[in-house]
Amino acid sequence: MNNLQNFTKGFFKENPVFVLLLGLCPTLGTTTSAINGMGMGLATMVVLVLSNMAIALIAGAIPSKVRIPSYIVVIASFVTIVDLLMAAYFNTPGPNGELSLYDNLGLFIPLIVVNCIVLGRAEAFASKNGVGASAIDGLGMGLGFAMALTILGAIRELLGSYAIFGIQLVKSDGMLVFVLAPGAFLALGYLIALLNKIRTSK
Amino acid sequence: MEYIIIIISAIFVNNILLAQFLGVCPFMGVSTKISTSVGMGAAVVFVMTLATIVTWLIMHYLLVPFKIGYMQTISYILVIAALVQMVEIILKKVSPPLYQALGVYLPLITTNCAVLGVAILVIQKDLNLMESVVFAVANAIGFSLALVIFAGLREKFELVNIPKGMKGIPIAFVTAGLLALAFMGFAGLV
Repeated sequence: MNNLQNFTKGFFKENPVFVLLLGLCPTLGTTTSAINGMGMGLATMVVLVLSNMAIALIAGAIPSKVRIPSYIVVIASFVTIVDLLMAAYFNTPGPNGELSLYDNLGLFIPLIVVNCIVLGRAEAFASKNGVGASAIDGLGMGLGFAMALTILGAIRELLGSYAIFGIQLVKSDGMLVFVLAPGAFLALGYLIALLNKIRTSK
Repeated sequence: MEYIIIIISAIFVNNILLAQFLGVCPFMGVSTKISTSVGMGAAVVFVMTLATIVTWLIMHYLLVPFKIGYMQTISYILVIAALVQMVEIILKKVSPPLYQALGVYLPLITTNCAVLGVAILVIQKDLNLMESVVFAVANAIGFSLALVIFAGLREKFELVNIPKGMKGIPIAFVTAGLLALAFMGFAGLV
């Protein structure tokens, strides 16, 4: 498998959300708007790239019996770094008193550590491949995850408040249910059904 | 009274699965049969309560006095992983029938974000130890309740004719959405 395939497989063929159904908690919990979804996706991507690289470097030195706890410590360290960075730089409230990105994502930032995608890539890819290939794999998978979250966030924002990326398209209140919890399940369910349909009709 | 409010809000109003989206992976994974979902629910009640007590003690007697609160994520995930392993070993020795019933679900729980989520939530909400225990038990019961109801609904899928594209995961999500909608009816309760 060459680098290009490594990079692009995360977008459609092995998309972590739509195909592999990994990392569903942040997918459902943070996609109330396109910006929130994108922020969560990119934060996960940063952790994924860094942990993939670090694990590719040290995989040879770790005895295979304790590899899972060691990977978790590596991942948790990067999650803590990302958490602190976001608390410092993405924590300014909006002009009309909207919550900052950091407050919107809230609990889900520390929970990146239990996101199955990160540990999954560490175990399935980074532990067997070089640093460069692992970084590309992490970047591709991370971007695929961010893309999925942004799409879902955009759909929910569009239906729920007739806006996209915070820009109001129609002056109306929208179908509030799509911003609330049930809308997350409904939107993702129909989106996966649509993608299944596209994939099988080819 | 305070405890009753915590319990009702955690089980119905802010259901950990259907309103807060914590633990969705096992929710989708083990909810195809009622019997397995009951086993998973029992294991979650057990581990979540224990993990919340231990992590609460660690936070207040270790991380806060030494001013290393930023180690929260790292220490919690390690403690929970170790705890699950220990519970597994002890159960195997002490109560083989219970181990038979819960055994397969225990390793899965380490990566269940609901357990870590509740452990972090009790710190964020600044609850004391007793409130934390009540909060953890109530959340675990809420998790099990949603899981068992959902498994009951999914068992019925085999009897109906579902369109091809909606089979499997998509219909499960739509059902979960409707279940979440039903749980929203509890919103005015507390």
